[in-house]
Amino acid sequence: METRAFQKIYTKIDNITKATVSLRASGVGNDELASVGGKLAQVVKITGDLVTLQVFSGTEGITTDSEVVFQGEPPMLKVSDDLAGRFFNAYGQPIEGGAEVEGEAREIGGPTVNPFKRLQPSELIATGIAGIDLNNTIVTGQKIPFFADPDQPYNQVMAMVALRAKADKIILGGMGMTNDDFLFFKHVFENAGALDRIVSFVNTTENPPVERLLVPDMALTAAEYFAVDKGQKVLVLLTDMTLYADALAIVSNRMDQIPSKDSMPGSLYSDLAKIYEKAVQLPNGGSITIIAVTTLSGGDITHAVPDNTGYITEGQLFLRNDSDTGKVIVDPFRSLSRLKQLVIGKKTREDHPQVMNAAVRLYADAANAKTKLENGFDLSDYDERTLSFAKEYSTKLLAIDVNIEITTMLDTAWELFAKYFTKAEVAIKDELVAKYWPKKDE
Amino acid sequence: MKTTGQVAGIISNIVIVKVDGPVGQNEICSVYLGDTKMMAEVIKVTGDKAYVQVYDSTRGLKIGDRVEFEGHMLEVTLGPGILSRNYDGLQNDLEKMDSLFIQRGSRTEPLDFDATWEFTPLAKAGDPASAGSWLGEVTEKWIKHKIMTPFAMNGQYTVKSIVPAGTYKTTDTVAVLTDTDGKEYPVTMVQRWPVKQAIKAYQEKPRPTRIMETGVRAIDTFNPIAEGGTGFIPGPFGAGKTVLQHAISKQADADVIIFIACGERANEVVEIFTEFPRLDDPRTGHKLMERTTIICNTSNMPVAAREASVYTGMTIGEYYRAMGLKVLILADSTSRWAQALREMSNRLEELPGQDAFPMDLPAIISNFYARAGLVHLNNGATGSVTFIGTVSPAGGNLKEPVTESTKKAARCFYALSQGRADSKRYPAIDPLDSYSKYLEYPEIVEYLDGRIEKGWVDLVYKGKTLVQRGKEAYEQINILGDDGVPAEYHERYWKSELIDFVILQQDAFDATDANCPIERQQYMYNLVLDICDKSFRFGEFTQCTEFFKQLINIFKQMNYSEFKSDKFEDYRRQIDQLVEGQVSTPKEA
Repeated sequence: METRAFQKIYTKIDNITKATVSLRASGVGNDELASVGGKLAQVVKITGDLVTLQVFSGTEGITTDSEVVFQGEPPMLKVSDDLAGRFFNAYGQPIEGGAEVEGEAREIGGPTVNPFKRLQPSELIATGIAGIDLNNTIVTGQKIPFFADPDQPYNQVMAMVALRAKADKIILGGMGMTNDDFLFFKHVFENAGALDRIVSFVNTTENPPVERLLVPDMALTAAEYFAVDKGQKVLVLLTDMTLYADALAIVSNRMDQIPSKDSMPGSLYSDLAKIYEKAVQLPNGGSITIIAVTTLSGGDITHAVPDNTGYITEGQLFLRNDSDTGKVIVDPFRSLSRLKQLVIGKKTREDHPQVMNAAVRLYADAANAKTKLENGFDLSDYDERTLSFAKEYSTKLLAIDVNIEITTMLDTAWELFAKYFTKAEVAIKDELVAKYWPKKDE
Repeated sequence: MKTTGQVAGIISNIVIVKVDGPVGQNEICSVYLGDTKMMAEVIKVTGDKAYVQVYDSTRGLKIGDRVEFEGHMLEVTLGPGILSRNYDGLQNDLEKMDSLFIQRGSRTEPLDFDATWEFTPLAKAGDPASAGSWLGEVTEKWIKHKIMTPFAMNGQYTVKSIVPAGTYKTTDTVAVLTDTDGKEYPVTMVQRWPVKQAIKAYQEKPRPTRIMETGVRAIDTFNPIAEGGTGFIPGPFGAGKTVLQHAISKQADADVIIFIACGERANEVVEIFTEFPRLDDPRTGHKLMERTTIICNTSNMPVAAREASVYTGMTIGEYYRAMGLKVLILADSTSRWAQALREMSNRLEELPGQDAFPMDLPAIISNFYARAGLVHLNNGATGSVTFIGTVSPAGGNLKEPVTESTKKAARCFYALSQGRADSKRYPAIDPLDSYSKYLEYPEIVEYLDGRIEKGWVDLVYKGKTLVQRGKEAYEQINILGDDGVPAEYHERYWKSELIDFVILQQDAFDATDANCPIERQQYMYNLVLDICDKSFRFGEFTQCTEFFKQLINIFKQMNYSEFKSDKFEDYRRQIDQLVEGQVSTPKEA
């Protein structure tokens, strides 16, 4: 950190914890940055002349006489078109060499868009994955996480979605990402020739955990530059938000705050909402869409992190290994996209909502039939048919390796309906059945 | 002289202020950050230190920064022009803010003070007046907006003069009142009132006597809410709380709707901003937005203002109630408000109660719900505030403090079940866990006898019993297998499914099915119960399954068709035929 002229240097630290230091100082602003023994820190609490700072990279090696210099400003990011194609650390410094980006310095974690100025999201993002496009359509300006166990291929799916999504910019915010995963993203984007559309802010597992707290705000400040200033469609990928929340818990714990559920800080909901609510459809045509990852422990969605996330985001996507077909599918029962109603049957074919619901209902019947089978009961003819339907539905539509247009998805669904069921069993509005039920071959 | 102070400590949005004079609990103050003036509220005082919660980000604030105390609590401005506005939690008009981002400290006027209104006097010189008495009226949208004696004016007054009918500005004096000592008080169309105090300018608060129709079958038919009643909707995320609240706000039989978006998603509010100005209110033919006011403090807006937002909404509701109107207030979600209280309490280092919520949470919630209700005004007219809040229980667990506290305060409980949501049975209101205490009120039973039909509440209980028995049969089938139970169990189960699919489930996205008027609910419910009364001949259970599936399919088409249209009647005939073909001898009544 550079020191500027006339800055006061403090050399007496009163308290040191694993993540914070406190000292007596005056004229300090809340949220202001400082360097503590050469490490970057931020003011988190001021009582009288006692200032508490959170040291992002941890307080190892800091001594009671380490130099503390206040910078007089909150964390900033220099924004310009030169951000594109670059990789940065959590502080917004380039990590692969190369020059610092020149541009206008902006405060990260800035103010909220006036809800009245927002537009209703209405443009669908096609991913080619039926588990998403057909059942849980994503829209620009939406925020939606993958709820995934650590062993599931969520980063791969996310990279695939990002590349197919036709976004003007993809901004990757990596928190506690393994170096291997980071290199994976880099190679995938490189191979797709998309590197000039990508901006990355990465905190890997090799970096101190508290640094992660800066990553989402850095990524979203860059996103706001491209969306607000340039009117671009920006897709922000945040992985993994559970590790971000863990860092919040560490800091609040060090500050002796009373933890609420699952040792998380009481402000977890507001902290996460501040990030996710940056997703927006702007009147200038620009948009910020956030696709995030929240890793679960043992599939438990009642844990404070996925639970609070679920209340903030507009749906969630679950991945599941379907043992019957050996495919990874997007779970149709637990996944939900809240904004799909804005586009399905409007931007897509009219039969979309009903076809989607009927297929999921029949798939649920198959799940019941499977339970019956496992419990040793006889299956009815209908049960047998639902099971065959489920298998084909899973391989032809739900599997994440399928890449087709939405209209083809709908046609495929109708074919499966006609193959296994009667019209009454499918129970779709008569007008739609008349129009789309496949005609028997002459 | 105003009390002033200096910033002496900053913990996130709690600021400790060293003061030079008297301060009041809940007093409003301004914290100056350079030229930016941020609003804050006193929440604790110890010695010469006042703890204030700032309704804005405290980034950059320094020790020694100036604070000015305003000498009053958080107030709202009440007057004609509130309807169809979009306010933040502190009643700033969001529409009047110019920039894309909400800048710190930005304030906008809640009303157009220069707007003119056609005023008609209702009182004349010499009439007595007291807080809330009607002096005159103006037409706001299509509502007769009463201009009242300000609620803050305690005691008895006499109307000294009142302006003749004509066009006046909001801030013009329209009447002059005198107190018993002859002191004069000019009255304009605008008054202010502190949000945390209930407006009590009424004679009495009787028990509710009628229901508020919402067009949602699972509510109106099974668990109706009273006009002036309270209800709450707890449910895990994804269970459809928001869709249900939107449906109620569109369809409810109320004069004024106040929608408080409290700590929820901005896009959901945008949906209301976008749709309500386009949608027609089926009862009046006006746009829905004309009767709606939105109080919007989304999850990323300052936490302290989130707490204020529910009070702002309630106070505006009470204001319109004092005009003899039917007001419905919806708050989504009260859990976010409770969480805001938790964040504050945590920063004040108070000893926490369960799940780190403040100890007095149950008291705060019940005090708030108690502000709803039907009232008889001093002039004999009736007004009401019906309140429905959603609760977002952590992990979907209904045994958490906010749900439990609310359960004690609210009279209707609409439990949204994850199981129903997973199988796409919307609205996911659990028919067995949910309840309406109002069904036990003799006044309401009598009212429903007249409004719908004699003995209606008995029919409701009958339906609930059928659903209960169906569920029990289903459990038996699951344990013993399809063949392991008598065929009658299947019939029992499928009759409950019939009630579920036809009455309880409703497609909120279908233009026809979304809103089901009470006459149609009566017709459909009787039709379904008649079928449930019959006993059928089924050789084996598969035949039973087949029959009911067919029946449900036709019923669903019926729900999608316009009431009593040719198509509707045609489906009705198909149902009769199908039932006819399967029925054995009718059961003894």
